[in-house]
Amino acid sequence: MTTRTQVEATAPDATVAVGGEATRPDASGHFGPYGGRFVPEALVVALDELTTAYADARADPAFTGELDRLLRTYVGRPTPLTDARGLAEHAGGARILLKREDLAHTGSHKLNNALGQALLTRRMGKTRVIAETGAGQHGVATATACAFLGLECVVYMGEEDTRRQALNVVRMRLLGATVVPVSTGSRTLKDAITEAMRDWVTNVETTHYVIGSVMGPHPFPMMVRDFQRVIGVEARGQVLDLVGRLPDVVVACVGGGSNSIGIFSAFVPDDGVALLGVEAAGDGVATGRHAATIVGGSPGVLHGMRTYLLQDDDGQTLPTHSISAGLDYPGVGPEHAWLYDTGRASYRAVTDAWAMACFQRLCEAEGIIPAIESAHAFAGACDWGREQVAAGREPRELVVLVNLSGRGDKDVDTAARWFELLSAEEIAAAELAKAAADDEGTGW
Amino acid sequence: MSALADAFAAARAEGRAALVGYLPAGYPSYEGAVAAFAAMVEAGVDVVEVGLPYSDPLMDGPTIQEAVDAALRTGTRTADVLRTVAAVAATGVPTVVMTYWNPVDHYGVERFAADLAAAGGAGAITPDLLPEEAADWIAAATARRLDPVFLVAPSSSQQRLRRVAEVTRGFVYAASTMGVTGARESVSNRAGELVARVREVTDLPVAVGLGVGSGGQAAEVAAYADGVIVGSAFVRRLLDAPSESAGAAAVGELAAELAAGVRSGRPVLTPDIWRRNR
Repeated sequence: MTTRTQVEATAPDATVAVGGEATRPDASGHFGPYGGRFVPEALVVALDELTTAYADARADPAFTGELDRLLRTYVGRPTPLTDARGLAEHAGGARILLKREDLAHTGSHKLNNALGQALLTRRMGKTRVIAETGAGQHGVATATACAFLGLECVVYMGEEDTRRQALNVVRMRLLGATVVPVSTGSRTLKDAITEAMRDWVTNVETTHYVIGSVMGPHPFPMMVRDFQRVIGVEARGQVLDLVGRLPDVVVACVGGGSNSIGIFSAFVPDDGVALLGVEAAGDGVATGRHAATIVGGSPGVLHGMRTYLLQDDDGQTLPTHSISAGLDYPGVGPEHAWLYDTGRASYRAVTDAWAMACFQRLCEAEGIIPAIESAHAFAGACDWGREQVAAGREPRELVVLVNLSGRGDKDVDTAARWFELLSAEEIAAAELAKAAADDEGTGW
Repeated sequence: MSALADAFAAARAEGRAALVGYLPAGYPSYEGAVAAFAAMVEAGVDVVEVGLPYSDPLMDGPTIQEAVDAALRTGTRTADVLRTVAAVAATGVPTVVMTYWNPVDHYGVERFAADLAAAGGAGAITPDLLPEEAADWIAAATARRLDPVFLVAPSSSQQRLRRVAEVTRGFVYAASTMGVTGARESVSNRAGELVARVREVTDLPVAVGLGVGSGGQAAEVAAYADGVIVGSAFVRRLLDAPSESAGAAAVGELAAELAAGVRSGRPVLTPDIWRRNR
């Protein structure tokens, strides 16, 4: 095992807001065979401009200094690390450490990236921002950053998701953003991205597209990773301070994959640390009703990148299902595809039912209502801990770092239905209130 | 010379622009689409684009997406698209596939090139494939004597135009405007400027697409471009038609109007004279 002094000597500086691997991706945005650019020619100039502007910005202390300051004074970083003693029994006795991104402003890790890209938008002299959102967390983060920096904000959101995550629609509108419900295709995140790309092709000269995950055409997967890397940089230092060594495994949920890449990337060079991405198995991967892109998919091209996809025999994108809107996406960031192929990270999927059982455990054992996305990560951690113990590892020696990427306020409606927390009368009253609100034209 | 190059050269010899017509395969049905293509060819379209219906058509506006979604819902497969190409190409008109990249990638680049060539296809237009990612496709297409057609946009730099023109065969597809497909009130005035810029870097014919929907607009574009590409306006005729036969007839009517348009842009021959000559 690495000694503490050696580890500290190589630990990255936790105050650096923008970091990243100098060697990955390559100059054309490839992570091995993945990534690249698969976009209409109309976007190439904008992507080249963005690549240059981002390279200039990350080398400019004025930019990184301002982002660093805002991450501290506005976002609330560093977020704490919680030693969740009450959770060990669910993970075979392994010690669970929670990286508390749920305590960041707007309630998830998403603001790290949205703020960075909004600052970059201003630096590029653009005045209008568009974004896609699934669970609404990225939409809220982008609306927040735009309100803060005085930028116009339009958020595309699948109609299905505007229903599932109505609270976040309200938050975005309160923040002055225009929310556009997308009624094409499956009416979820995939279609919101397609619609946002159409807007971008049309308005690229005035508009920056703040992609919310480590996906899309180069340079987005690299840039979003770099903005999210602060999670891993902080967590690595915090685990060393608390435990005196690195964790055995880092666990995070994977939809598009930004919170997971963010926390993984600081640990990629640490060979002794396992990296575990947890995808959404929905009703079970075997049922076909899931969103487990790496576990159940194959390589292809979608939304500007080559990566793992859920696709049919003709390369048509398949419908996905997850109880978690933020994981309900048929693609995944290309760096995850590369980490998977090279064996540096492993991926597994947990079902809606198991994720919700673990959601409940976090609520009751730790007093934390997590985002359902993040409950998937904890569920994967529980499985991992039990398996290690079953394989003969000493539980008290296992340290599991879980990225608690967001809080669950947005999910209380879903949880109420899942756990049947409301009586029939209470549901009827709530439905009536909702119908009345619809009649008044509040829009969902 | 390829079939596409021949078609553009023939139009040029007549002192006019070529008319390129698009419809997706499989809408309103396999047979309905083939009938609409036949009507299009009968009315004077010089090159046909057969669209491969795709689940996430991010370059297309609502009109094409509606038809494409319907084609997918009724089970249109890549094999059906190739069958459509064979049926259309059998009329003698140069026929290309218009396809987003993933269906080809998944079908297998080599296999797609082989099967497209076997169907009598002349090439493929790939709106989300950039030259940088296209080495395999260019090699496979070249080996099968297919023309890979790439797009340029008003935002493209001269350096980009040169890069695209280097790998494109048949014709250069100039997207007239920054945006998605769909008939518009007026064709962007950036199109003329773009065509002029493309001509500085290549001798390939330049065809203009995005936004053309009427004979008047076709004439306007034909005044400066080598080809006029029309898609959404044809699809709109099919979407609005009460029956498949009415749809094909409406497509034929529009094709005739557009064919007249491309002949009036640079009036050398009137449409009536041209019809008799043909």
